Amino acid sequence: MKKILSILALVTTLGFGLMGNTFAEDAAAPAATAAPAAAMPEAAAPAAAATPAATDAAPAVAAAPAPVPNKGDTAWMIVATVLVLMMCVPGLGLFYGGMVRQKNMLSVLMQTFMITCVLGVLWAVYGYSIAFTQGSTPFFGGLDRLFLAGMTPDSTAATYSKGVVIPEYIYMVFQLTFAVITPALIVGAFAERMKFSAMLLFMILWFTFSYLPIAHMVWYWTGPDAYTSAAAGDAANALAGFIFQKGALDFAGGTVVHINAGIAGLVGALVLGKRIGLGKESMAPHSVTLTMVGAALLWVGWFGFNVGSNLEANGAAGLVFANTLLATCAAASSWMFVEWFFKGKPSMLGAASGAVAGLVAITPACGFVGPMGSIVLGLLVSPLCFFFVTKVKSMLGYDDSLDVFGVHCVGGIFGALATGVLVNPALGGTGVYDYVANKVAPYDMVAQLTSQAWAVGTTLVWSGVVAYIAYKIVDILIGLRVSEEVEREGLDTSEHGERAYHM
Amino acid sequence: MKFVSAIIKPFKLDEVREALSNIGVQGITVTEVKGFGRQKGHTELYRGAEYVVDFLPKVKLEVAIKDELLDQVVDAIEKSAATGKIGDGKVFVFNLEQVYRIRTGETGIEAL
Repeated sequence: MKKILSILALVTTLGFGLMGNTFAEDAAAPAATAAPAAAMPEAAAPAAAATPAATDAAPAVAAAPAPVPNKGDTAWMIVATVLVLMMCVPGLGLFYGGMVRQKNMLSVLMQTFMITCVLGVLWAVYGYSIAFTQGSTPFFGGLDRLFLAGMTPDSTAATYSKGVVIPEYIYMVFQLTFAVITPALIVGAFAERMKFSAMLLFMILWFTFSYLPIAHMVWYWTGPDAYTSAAAGDAANALAGFIFQKGALDFAGGTVVHINAGIAGLVGALVLGKRIGLGKESMAPHSVTLTMVGAALLWVGWFGFNVGSNLEANGAAGLVFANTLLATCAAASSWMFVEWFFKGKPSMLGAASGAVAGLVAITPACGFVGPMGSIVLGLLVSPLCFFFVTKVKSMLGYDDSLDVFGVHCVGGIFGALATGVLVNPALGGTGVYDYVANKVAPYDMVAQLTSQAWAVGTTLVWSGVVAYIAYKIVDILIGLRVSEEVEREGLDTSEHGERAYHM
Repeated sequence: MKFVSAIIKPFKLDEVREALSNIGVQGITVTEVKGFGRQKGHTELYRGAEYVVDFLPKVKLEVAIKDELLDQVVDAIEKSAATGKIGDGKVFVFNLEQVYRIRTGETGIEAL
């Protein structure tokens, strides 16, 4: 009990210490706060302030009525949020759980479940504010929405269309589900050997110092309404997140979610070391059936993830839906054929892995590529991931238990770069929309690929470094690994005092 | 009295049970077991990681019979459990010293 209290105290200190720091920076900077829905007055300097609650605070713009959320959009976003939550629990839990040995089933379920709950609370306390409000740097947001301060049922958040908004509460909880599933993805890399307490502390650190800033860098912008002229557009761009300013495209989180989690997983697998008995004892999945159920739940939930990221229930949402479905079908098929050809048999685990690889790859691309582009993306990602999980992993000798790196990071990098190519209208993509000219901008492959590379590189370095430091801190404070005895006994009985199956 | 223990392929269990009932065997005990003989195991492949599964699932059935029935029992098992492919199993025969029926206290052939 004493140990738990001290961990809690530590967590609180760390959490609030961070807030204090950011707050200090904020106070020093010229008080610049513009929440996502803020209408940016044409002549306004970056310091102009407008809060979502006061949408009429833009006298320079002729008294246009504040946009009101459309009920259809709102209803869709509520459903999408629930779908993404279903990906987390039970989807990811079952997908991963089926792949571990029977003695560790509950530990995986428990880890994904509790990451969702603990980080969900932290999201409301400070996460949303740091990720999605204006900060003094393009790396961290501000503290306007600390404890969701000032958010009311009338608050709105911007979408990708001018004059279209959704309720900010819904936007906040939708983004919450992303913020909890991303850390939960990392669990697969160090499954079957990490202490539960160490895992929780690590997740809180990583969520705070990697997920939140990366989400801010990639996704934070002031919304399309600010882009009324070239000058206003530049001013609005200057307020956006670091990677957003670089022009990188990431529709639903290829960088923020998959590369981010994947590299943290690889670092974890390297820092923790291999499971005892790897290569000597059988570590076969204890239930490919449950893995298939989990993969199927992930797939269904992913429509909330990708199509929900469109933030509106419109024609673009239809394209995202089709892309998400087609890329997954293509990727599961190509994984099956590659495995069949090279290993002799088409396996269920391979099909499920291929489906997830396809979903990962289409995530950044789903709103930017055409349906045929998404099929190409799906067909290509599986052979690449297959090569990483079957060859590269054993060649390099790291023990990424459930292939978080091989599927999520590799698939995410491929998806992020391929987005830069397949967005090309000549290849059936949507092109990049210019909100100042209100039309699709001319496509420049080199420029777009450079932007995408910035996103990939920044995320890899940032998340990798944060993860390494966080693992080391946790190792010093409470130790990362369970004892050999506990590992052999299984985490379920020794860490959680219960067993998954009584048969 | 004899005690016959047979290892057979799991999907042959119903046929063997029927053949034994037909020749008058009144009780059978069945256990799910794992093991290997000449058939050896097989390999399983999970995302490229190969595992050799040495022990294959089999069914072990045990019957206690009077001496005169032995040939018929062995014959019935051999015929009903056979597929002609490797891995059909084996029949072991033991001498049985004594049998007691717990409920009535009967012994010997009476208790079979």
